[in-house]
Amino acid sequence: MRVLIPGIGGVLGQRVARRLLEQGHEVIGIDRRPWHDAPPGIELHNVDIRKRAAEDVFRKKRPQAVIHMATVTHLVEKTAERYKINLGGTRAVFEHCRDWGVEHAIFVGRHTYYGAAADSPLYHKEEDPPMAVTTFPELSDLVAADLYACTALWRLPNLCTTVLRMVYTLGPTGHGTLATFLRGRHVPMVLGFDPLFHFMHEEDVATAICLALEKRLQGVYNVAGPQPVPLSVVVRGTGRSPIPLPEIAFRAALGRFGLPRLPPGALAHIKYPVVVDSEAFRAATGFVHQVDEVRAMQEYRDAFPVRG
Amino acid sequence: MSLLIDPEIAARVDRLELPFNTYGVDPYGASKQHLARLFTAFRFFYRHYFTVGVEGIEHVPVRGRAMLVGNHSGGIAIDGAMVITSCFFEREPPRLAQGMAEKFMAQTPFMGLFATRSGQLTGLVETAEHLLHDERLLMIFPEGARGTAKLYPERNTLVHFGSGFMRLAMKTRTPIIPFGFVGGGEAIPTIANSYALGKLFGAPYVPITPWGVALPAPVRLELTYSAPMTFEGSGTEEDEVIEGYVEQVKQRIAGLIEVGRERRRKALAWSRGAEDEARIEGEPASTKEEQR
Repeated sequence: MRVLIPGIGGVLGQRVARRLLEQGHEVIGIDRRPWHDAPPGIELHNVDIRKRAAEDVFRKKRPQAVIHMATVTHLVEKTAERYKINLGGTRAVFEHCRDWGVEHAIFVGRHTYYGAAADSPLYHKEEDPPMAVTTFPELSDLVAADLYACTALWRLPNLCTTVLRMVYTLGPTGHGTLATFLRGRHVPMVLGFDPLFHFMHEEDVATAICLALEKRLQGVYNVAGPQPVPLSVVVRGTGRSPIPLPEIAFRAALGRFGLPRLPPGALAHIKYPVVVDSEAFRAATGFVHQVDEVRAMQEYRDAFPVRG
Repeated sequence: MSLLIDPEIAARVDRLELPFNTYGVDPYGASKQHLARLFTAFRFFYRHYFTVGVEGIEHVPVRGRAMLVGNHSGGIAIDGAMVITSCFFEREPPRLAQGMAEKFMAQTPFMGLFATRSGQLTGLVETAEHLLHDERLLMIFPEGARGTAKLYPERNTLVHFGSGFMRLAMKTRTPIIPFGFVGGGEAIPTIANSYALGKLFGAPYVPITPWGVALPAPVRLELTYSAPMTFEGSGTEEDEVIEGYVEQVKQRIAGLIEVGRERRRKALAWSRGAEDEARIEGEPASTKEEQR
């Protein structure tokens, strides 16, 4: 199958591309970022997904499937720019899929869509509303991109659309929101709170995306690996020290004393859990995670040891 | 092993048939260590401080989904704590009853954390349904916060029952095991509820007792379980139908409260009799003769 991956330059994009190449697919990538050691079989286009040149790739290559991974998830990018990339990019991907006869489009989204709040259900199902819009406004562009992708399910009936809501990624590359949060020697926690964190190894993330393609899955699916563990366990399991701070001190200390810088909305995610029920995805694809939470944390710990 | 954990109870926690991971945490956040600490403390209250009398525990299934539905008794959650403790100590293998806590608990530092680590979750239909889907034992007080707000004279009465539990039980085909709890009103004889203080702490209210705070007195408690009740349907039936079923459960619980009250009266009478006898035994022979 000819598969186009917008956002191929990211850690997960590269993993998925290598995996698909091994499986005998023809892989084409679009990304503004370079991928220097890309395997020879992968055709790369160094263009912005929102620009005319990206549409040319669709027109000339006529991919059968598209795996959209060109969303910005880290919070370093300024919000206005993130909006343009995440919403403009997603719109462009689905318009090109419609115009150039793509059969299957996969949108790789995040489980943070559901938001974290004291009165949220512990296990979110796919039909739950996107509460992150109110609990974590800085993520609203990702939520909007997810919802836009969902509209393709009824707007584009000829296109098989899959929306995947993946839990946090943790593994040796240190890619992802959780991995970035854990990077320092000390990890701040809110005193009196220790929410469950749901994460899976990056290899399992790649496996799940490839399975969604292989099974030609249609619909919205939560994707999770091992069962969630408390944040304090993640912190210790990755060789870090938790620093429980009263909420007022927590707000004041962020971005100082070597602690990570976080937007205000992130506080809810450190107080309350965002956990998903991925039974539907497992039932539809037969997905079984290969790496448990202990090994995922161990690999991260080995790749990013705490010095001193 | 912590000093606050009895090794025997820790071994009993190990026998809970729950999918604890390598870190001793189950998928809902309940932790083996916290449970062992909790039940070490609760055993003292269950066996010695309150001396809980339990009848009908055989109706609580040792595995599979079930819903324990009962009355609130006492201004704070002594009832829930003792129900959980009875399921843990009186069943083999032990079972963890999981309650649906008030939403304010999750927002309160430490309190929400303590509840989660003990397997007690925020009272939401979605969470309850997920627990039942996972074949857990759910504990529900359909009176809600209105039930714990009962004052001393109303201690053995029932207030309005919500109907959500019935719809959920029918939808998930879960047997309801009614229970009646007696004595909580004597342990915490509420003379008033301070809603202003409650607002201050983020709770619905704070119960006031003759001695001020809601510290429970060491009184005898009675817990009576009855045979399961099952209701056929999808849970989407009209309100009148559901209300009828709820009324049946309420009536059963009212009966169980009476059974518990009677048992409590007898137990107290027996204990008073035994006390009298012990006092008489200890007194000089002449006094005994006089009494005869």
